[in-house]
Amino acid sequence: MSYGPKPWIQLHWDVRAALNFILGGTGGGFILFAAFVPAAPQPARIALLLGLALVATGLASVWMEIGRKLRAVHVFFNPFTSWMTRESFVAVLLFASGLAAAWFASAQLAALTAVVALAFVYCQARILRASKGIPAWREPTISWLIFWTAIAEGAGLFLIFSALAGMPVPTLVAGGLVLAVVARAVAWSVYSRRVEADLVPKARAAFEPAGKQLYQLGAIVPLALMLTGGAIESLATAAAALAGIAALGAGWRFKFVLVTRAAYNQGFALPRVPVRGR
Amino acid sequence: MTRWVMIADLRRCVGCQTCTAACKHTNATPPEVQWRRVLDMEVGEYPTVKRVFVPVGCVHCADPPCMHVCPSTATRQRADGIVTIDYDLCIGCGYCAVACPYQARYKTDTASFAYGDAPMENEAAAFDPGRLGVATKCTFCSDRVDAGLAKGLKPGVDPEATPACVNSCIASALHFGDKEDPESNVSKLLKENEHFRMHEELGTDPGFYYLWDKTVKEGYERGGGGT
Repeated sequence: MSYGPKPWIQLHWDVRAALNFILGGTGGGFILFAAFVPAAPQPARIALLLGLALVATGLASVWMEIGRKLRAVHVFFNPFTSWMTRESFVAVLLFASGLAAAWFASAQLAALTAVVALAFVYCQARILRASKGIPAWREPTISWLIFWTAIAEGAGLFLIFSALAGMPVPTLVAGGLVLAVVARAVAWSVYSRRVEADLVPKARAAFEPAGKQLYQLGAIVPLALMLTGGAIESLATAAAALAGIAALGAGWRFKFVLVTRAAYNQGFALPRVPVRGR
Repeated sequence: MTRWVMIADLRRCVGCQTCTAACKHTNATPPEVQWRRVLDMEVGEYPTVKRVFVPVGCVHCADPPCMHVCPSTATRQRADGIVTIDYDLCIGCGYCAVACPYQARYKTDTASFAYGDAPMENEAAAFDPGRLGVATKCTFCSDRVDAGLAKGLKPGVDPEATPACVNSCIASALHFGDKEDPESNVSKLLKENEHFRMHEELGTDPGFYYLWDKTVKEGYERGGGGT
């Protein structure tokens, strides 16, 4: 039975909100690796600050979207039930511990920052999951998808950063990327199967190319490049950087689609129609 | 305890949109903002297609997702079930709007009026800059309900204490009352009629009921026209 009016795409969160999920996830994942990869103090410090800058840019972007910018501090008022409030508190912790870790070049503080960065990513995943009005977001398995996307993006960006900084390919990050792109592909597979029945055809159509890209550009290409880099030592750095670009690009595109293109509401539904004339 | 709920009798609604107009007049909502809307839905498959008019708006859920996600505590719930928004607290993040399964929330960033940039006299009188850049939605006319109760009136029965949309309904399709009172108008209607709530499967316990048939008495068969 067909019921109208048909679901339509939500217009409350646009690319500015999407950027918070994109840069926040990438920044969170990047900080995780920046904290644990052994590096000289200066690159380690720069990496940590770069991760924080990404998160800050994402938050600034979403701040541009709110209707009452000067009241932004009110975002801290509901830690009891709102994941947006929790994200804000975690962000404060993240900047405090991250800046302290960079300032003091402290491995312990960097490790703490990594844990907080993961918490930040988790909050972002739960923000989407709590959005009951959007079937593509409220599916519980989205948490894993957002989590592994952030790790894959963070690892990808770190491999690019390593290449630019003239560092050898960090084994931890290379392993992290391989694990994360596979886990992300699995998470997408589970999520897409579970959410499919709740999505309108337009949302499914929006997801199709982005989802395929998570497999192809986001998993197969990085894995092939990492294998190539492992087999041919002279190509290792370049292959890892390219793998990073592929993993990063696929993740960014997916999150952009998730927030702005596949975010249809569920419209209205009548389980019964009126019985008239009796 | 009191739980204010609204009922729409789908057999009676004729889609005249008087409730929409009454709501806009009472609450001075800007163009394109309709706290009370009436959908014109075509349902079924040929040859058994039906046209159904469906009043929609905030359903004042008992477990409102909009309130849980609100980071500023601007969205709250009163003891009588009415979900409110404090315009002075709201930051206009739109999180409540994507959390609402009923598309009941609006946010307008700039002032707009029915006829161009200049407001009409009534629009100017009712204009509230505090509502710009924040979330807004149906209030169940809580100010009318409260004022009526203070005068000893009964919401849902006495027009002065009843939401404007219900008062204006030309077909008596809309009803308002206390669901917790077994003698109330709404309790009786729910007892005497088959009803459902939209998107009930999401578990938000909405406070807006739709009547679609008489309750089947024992020994009688239901008439045609159901699903």
